[in-house]
Amino acid sequence: MEEVDVEPSTTLIPGAGFYQKHLGFEWGPGDLIVYETNYKLQGPRSAGSPSVHIVRRDEDICSPILRKLFSESHLIFVGLQKIKEDVFVSISKNYRSVIRACMEELQQNAGKRSHDTHPVSILLAIELIWNLCEVLFIDAAPAGSLLLQLLDWVRLHKSDVDAKAREVLQSDSPAQHQSYWDVISLVLQGRTDEARQVLSKQASLRAESSSVFKRMDGLLQTMPIFNPTGTQTLTEFEVKWRHWHEECDRCLQDNTFASNRHLETICKILVGDEDTLLEQKELLSTWYHFLVTRLLFTHPTIKPPDLHYYAQSSMNMFLGPRASPEPLDIILLSAFEFDLHQVIKDCSIALNNWWFVAHLTDLLDHCKLLQSHNLHFGSNLREFLVLEYASGLFTHHSLWQLAVDYFDHCPEFGRVYLELQIERVPLDTERKAIKVLRICEDRQMSEQVRSICKIMAKRALRNNRLGSALSWTIRAKDAAFATLISERFLQDYSNKGSFTDLDLLDNLGPAMLLSDSLTFLGKYREFHRLYGEKRFSEAARLLLSLMTAKIAPRSLWMTLLTDALPLLEQKEVKTDNSCFTVTQLPQ
Amino acid sequence: MFVAKSIAADHKDLIHDVSYDFHGRRMATCSSDQSVKVWDKGDDGEWHCTASWKTHSGSVWRVTWAHPEFGQVLASCSFDRTAAVWEEIVGESNDKQRGQSHWIKRTTLVDSRTSVTDVKFAPKHMGLMLTTCSADGVVRIYEAPDVMNLSQWSLQHEISCKLSCSCISWNPSSSRAHPPMIAVGSDDSNITYSGKVQIYEYNENTRKYAKAETLMTVTDPVHDITFAPNLGRSFHVLAIATKDVRIFKLIPMRRESANSSGPTKFEVQVMAQFDSHNSQVWRVSWNITSTLLASSGDDGCVRLWKANYMDNWKCTGILRGDGSPVNGSGHAAALSAVGVPVAAQMVVGAASAGRYFFPHLDSPRAGSRLAHLLPPPSLIEQIYEPDLSHAPQIRQRHTANSTNQPTEHD
Repeated sequence: MEEVDVEPSTTLIPGAGFYQKHLGFEWGPGDLIVYETNYKLQGPRSAGSPSVHIVRRDEDICSPILRKLFSESHLIFVGLQKIKEDVFVSISKNYRSVIRACMEELQQNAGKRSHDTHPVSILLAIELIWNLCEVLFIDAAPAGSLLLQLLDWVRLHKSDVDAKAREVLQSDSPAQHQSYWDVISLVLQGRTDEARQVLSKQASLRAESSSVFKRMDGLLQTMPIFNPTGTQTLTEFEVKWRHWHEECDRCLQDNTFASNRHLETICKILVGDEDTLLEQKELLSTWYHFLVTRLLFTHPTIKPPDLHYYAQSSMNMFLGPRASPEPLDIILLSAFEFDLHQVIKDCSIALNNWWFVAHLTDLLDHCKLLQSHNLHFGSNLREFLVLEYASGLFTHHSLWQLAVDYFDHCPEFGRVYLELQIERVPLDTERKAIKVLRICEDRQMSEQVRSICKIMAKRALRNNRLGSALSWTIRAKDAAFATLISERFLQDYSNKGSFTDLDLLDNLGPAMLLSDSLTFLGKYREFHRLYGEKRFSEAARLLLSLMTAKIAPRSLWMTLLTDALPLLEQKEVKTDNSCFTVTQLPQ
Repeated sequence: MFVAKSIAADHKDLIHDVSYDFHGRRMATCSSDQSVKVWDKGDDGEWHCTASWKTHSGSVWRVTWAHPEFGQVLASCSFDRTAAVWEEIVGESNDKQRGQSHWIKRTTLVDSRTSVTDVKFAPKHMGLMLTTCSADGVVRIYEAPDVMNLSQWSLQHEISCKLSCSCISWNPSSSRAHPPMIAVGSDDSNITYSGKVQIYEYNENTRKYAKAETLMTVTDPVHDITFAPNLGRSFHVLAIATKDVRIFKLIPMRRESANSSGPTKFEVQVMAQFDSHNSQVWRVSWNITSTLLASSGDDGCVRLWKANYMDNWKCTGILRGDGSPVNGSGHAAALSAVGVPVAAQMVVGAASAGRYFFPHLDSPRAGSRLAHLLPPPSLIEQIYEPDLSHAPQIRQRHTANSTNQPTEHD
C-alpha cells in the first residue's frame, strides 16, 4: 500500500532572512506572528525596516458558503449524539445533502470568485468518498445490493451522461447527432432502458438493419437486474444472469452484430470483455467507473470481501504502468479494501480542514464500526479528530459557538479544552460577554465565570463606569473588588453630594452582603431614599443601625453625624438611643 | 500556511520579542531601539499602533502582558539591568479619537546586577506576581500586594541558580494537586557538565522555593523553556530549546509519607527530541491547546511539531525567510495576502493539516507527489463551462490525463 507523501511543506516569509538570519515567532489566536530577528546579538544593530508577518493555516473557514456547511453539519452532529435508534444511513445522507447544497451554492458563485473553485473540487471529492463509505460501511450492502448501490454511486458522480443523452434525444434527428454513439456510456452505467430508447431512434431509420437493432434491443431488455426487495434469491438471479450472459456471448460468436461495429462494441461490453471496456476509457474517465462496470458485466453478485481484488486490478489496468495513483485513488482503494483506518488517515493527510474526518469518524463510531475493525484507539480517535476540528472553529469570531457543542460531546477532554479556549474569546461587547458567560454558567465553569466577570468589571472601572463595574463584580462574587468599588462610590458621593446608578443601588438585594462596604453603600443609599420620602423615623433607625454596626468607612463618620443632626430635630424620632451612639463614635 | 498580512513595525532596530495579549486583540513589540510599541486590532481586522515609547536605556529583550483581570499591564526587561511595569491609563477623549493611548511606568525593578534576560508573570491564581531572571544567575519573584496600586512591588523571593539564567517558565496549571512550579534555563557556557534546566517548587511550610529537580541530561546551553498548558493531565510537559528541541515529561511521584517536607520528586522522561534544525534552537512555544509546539533555530526556520493521539511527533510545517530584502517600510505595509496562487496554496496547505497524524509506518516513497486532491477533469468539467480560465492547473491535468505526469516534484 503506498503512502501519501508526508514531508512537511515550507512557507516562505517575504522580506525576512536578508538582514537577520533568525525568525522570531509568537502564537496568536488562530495564527502565528513571525518576524526577523537575531537571537545572538547582545547590542543594537541596525536592520532593514522590520516587519511583523501574520501567518495563517489554510483554513477554509473564511468562505461564507463553507460556513454554512459548518453550521448545518453542526445541527446534524448534535442530533446524532442524541439518537438511540439505527438511523445512521439517513444521517449519512443528510450530511451528504448538506455537502451537495454547499457545492451547488459554490458553483453558482464560481464565476465571481476564482478562489472558490478549489473548495468545490474538494467538496466533490469529499462527497465521493463519503458516499462510498456510506455504501460499504454504514449501509453495509450485501452481495446483490452491493453492485446496485455502487452503480448508483457511479451514476451520481458522472451525471453528465444524462445531459448528453437528453441533448441527443431532443435534437432534430437524433440518429445523425455526432454524439449519438455515446449511448455506450448509458450501457456502461447499466442504464439499459435509456439505452434502448436512444437506440430505437436508429432502428426506425434503417429498415435493413432494423433486425440487428431489434436483436440488441432484445438483449438489453432481457438483462437481469437483481431486485433486493423481491422474492428471487441471489442464486436464482445468478443462474438467470448466466443464461443471459451466454446468450450475449453467442451473438458475438455468431457475428450477429458484424454489420455494425458500434453494436458489436456494445455486445462486447455486455459480455464484460475487458479490452473493450478499457477502450472506453474516455467515456468511463475513472478507474472506479471501470471497476463497477466491469463487475456489472462479469460479477454482478460480487460479495464485499471480494471487492478489493477487483478494485486493485481495475485501478492498475485503467491507470496503466506509467501512472501513479493520486491520493484520492488511494483513499478509494482503501475503502474498497474495507480499511477504515487507512481511509481516515489518508483523508486527514490530504485535506486541509478537519471537518470531513471529524464528522465521518464520529458517524462511524456511532455505527460501532471503529471497534469492529479492530482499531484499538476506537473512540479516542473520534475524540481526537472532533477536538481538532472544534479547536479550529474556536478562533473564528462567530463559529466558536458551534465549537462548544462539539466539546460537550467529547467525554474525556472536551470540558478542559472548552475551559481553556472559552476564556480567550475576546469580550468585545457586553452582549458577547454575557453570551460567553451563559455558556460557562450552564456548565458550572465557575472559575471561568469569575474570571470573565472580573475582566469586565476591571474594564468598566478603568473607564469610570462604576455601575457597570459593580454589577460585574457582584456577578463575579469578588468581595475584595466589591469593597473597592463601593469605596469609589462613596468617594464620588463625598465629592459630588449625590449617588450615581441609583437603579442599581436600590435593587442590590442580597448581593449587598458580598462585602461590608457594599452593604454600607446599599444601606446608606436606602437611608437617603427614606429621608427623601420623608419617612424620618425609619431613616433614623437605619442611620442608627449603620452607626452601631460600625461598617461605615471612617471618612464618612462626620457625614453620618451631620446626617443625624436634622433628624434629631424631627419630632417623630426617638432620641434616647441616638445620644448613646453619638458619644460612642469618637472611639 | 500562508502569509495573511505584513505589518511594518516601524522600530528603528531589531525586534526581539512580540507578545499577544490574552485575547489576541492587542500586541506588544520590543526592540533594540529601546522602545516598546503597542498595537491594537481594529474591527476591520487591521492593526494600528496605539502607543510607542522609550522604555529602557538598553535593548529591550522581552515584553509580556499581565492577565486582563489585572487590567492593561505590561512588563519589559532589558540589557540595562532593569525590568519595568507599565500600565495603560485611560486618556483624554481627543487621544481616543486619534487612536492613541498612554502607558505610564508604575515601577522599575533594579535589583539585578546584569542584563535581565526574561520577564514573566506568574499564573493569575497566584495573584499579581512578576518574575525576572538575569545573567547574574538570580531569579527574582516580585509581588504587588495591592492590585489597585501597581507602584508597590515587593521582592518576595530570590532564587540563586548559580548559573547565568536565560529563560523562565511557570507551570500554568492552577490545579491544587501540586504547588506552584517554575522552570529556569541557563545558557551558561562556562560550566559545561551541570544540568542547565532547574525546576523550583514552592513549599507551603517554609514559604520558600526549593529546587525540585535538575535535568541532568541537558548540559548544553538552554535558550528557551516553556511548560505546556495543562489539559487535565497528571504529569507536566516541558519543552526546551537547546542544541535541539526536547520535550520532557515530568511525572510527580507519590510521596511515601504523609507529611514529607521536601519538594516533589519527579520521574523524568524524554517525550520527544528533534534535531531537524541541525543547529542551536533559540525559542520554543506551545499553542494554546498544547497540540502544537513551534521552535525557531539557527537554520533560520520556524518549525511546527505535532503529536498524534498516539504520542508520535512529527514536523508539520516549516517557515523560513525568503531572503529577499524589503524595499522600505511602505512596501511591507502594502502587502496583504501574498500572491501565492490558490492552487499552490491548496497543495501547500494540504500538507499542513493532518499529516503528523498517525504513526509513520513506511518511509515516503521517493518521487511521490504532494497531496493533490483533485477528482479527474471530467468530474470538474461537468460543473463548469468549457472556459476553465480561472483554473489553469485543472486544464493542464486534463491534457496530461493519459500520461499522468506529476505537476510538482519533491
